[in-house]
Amino acid sequence: MTTNSKKGPLNWWKILTIILLFYTLIAGFLFPVPRLPILNESIRNLYFHVPMWFAMIIMLGVSVVNAILYLSKEDWKHDKTAVEAANTGIVFGILGIVTGMLWAKFTWGESWSGDPKQNASAIGILIYLAYFILRGSFSDPVEKAKISAIYNILAYPAFLALIFVLPRLTSSLHPGNGGNPGFNAYDLDNKMRMVFYPAIIGFSLLGWWITTLRIRFKNIEHLIKWGN
Amino acid sequence: MLAQILALIKKDLTLEWRQKYAFGGILLYVGGAIFICYLSIGVRTSQLSPSTWNAIFWIIMLFISINAVSKSFFQERQQRFIYYYTIADPQAFIVSKIIYNAILMIFLGIIAFAFYALVMENRVEDNLLFIFNILLASLSFASALTMISAIAAKAGNNATLMAILGFPVILPLLLLVIKISKAAIDGLDRSLSIDEIAIVLSINVIIITVTYLLFPYLWRS
Repeated sequence: MTTNSKKGPLNWWKILTIILLFYTLIAGFLFPVPRLPILNESIRNLYFHVPMWFAMIIMLGVSVVNAILYLSKEDWKHDKTAVEAANTGIVFGILGIVTGMLWAKFTWGESWSGDPKQNASAIGILIYLAYFILRGSFSDPVEKAKISAIYNILAYPAFLALIFVLPRLTSSLHPGNGGNPGFNAYDLDNKMRMVFYPAIIGFSLLGWWITTLRIRFKNIEHLIKWGN
Repeated sequence: MLAQILALIKKDLTLEWRQKYAFGGILLYVGGAIFICYLSIGVRTSQLSPSTWNAIFWIIMLFISINAVSKSFFQERQQRFIYYYTIADPQAFIVSKIIYNAILMIFLGIIAFAFYALVMENRVEDNLLFIFNILLASLSFASALTMISAIAAKAGNNATLMAILGFPVILPLLLLVIKISKAAIDGLDRSLSIDEIAIVLSINVIIITVTYLLFPYLWRS
């Protein structure tokens, strides 16, 4: 449970999130970017699409760590964090797919062109949707928390294999795969890095902020329902 | 530990031998599934492209494995598990289940391949690599699905849950296995598949390790 509910001003990291995200929006749309054929202005998607994946992987990582902590300490706090972090992770995953589809529409010609990375991330989302179905099928809360934590830990390595190992084995149009240059080749002037790294930090912090809000919301809901 | 594992595998095999109808049921499932594919494609199986031939075979294998592996925890009664829990080590129990399921899947996979090659023509150039790949796939299915079936059994023996939890976890392995199998069908040089084989084995190692560490928690609940 977070302790900042009484205080008026926001925590420093929340202020940092707001500043970083505003900076990302303004700089991401207005700063100069390298002129490249086909990519053109769509290169700006780097500031929005890639941080979504970073935020998702970090949130799902938080979820797995909390699942491990729940199994070792059996504290409800960790179970709640694991679920809500997975929830936020899925939201970022869906946003990542949507921003990727928008970009693919303009550079590859089609929103869904069978790219291995796209397929793998869609399956990755299925893993976590299955996690929520699994949670829904228990009526006993202790069993629910324990067994879903086990599945969470089991699914994470499979998920990492899906999005990091498999796409590298097949030919892919995705930047950074199959011999295509990653973003490092485009921003040799380091100007893009100055927006890209703050964007990653900003969106990841936003993910954690959403998660803490969800946990507080669940705590209040629990309080109203059960009174303790 | 080793003695326990061997005793548990022996127990599973004896149980299988005594309940032959259950094993017969899976064999019938294999035969039925392959025959349905053959009939739905029609008599002109020679017109099938090698990749379609390959894909159909592995989809059949996937469904066989989900049915065969889910049996390992659904078949026995909950009360009997409590008995096992009192006499055996949890880690020995899960390792024995994985080995037993791998043996079962190797057996079923080879029968399925033989029957599939009989009715759908054998398109494989490199039979040895293909059979080795079946062994690899059996190990993968067993390692990934055994824990999933234990989880699904805890959630009230729900077969739908087994499938939806299992599909995403098995998918990376299945895709790699399909790739190796395509290389065997085309008769490509074996050295080209080394990378994929190494990755399948390392994913298996990761999944078995995670299963080994997590099963005691599942067991106690």
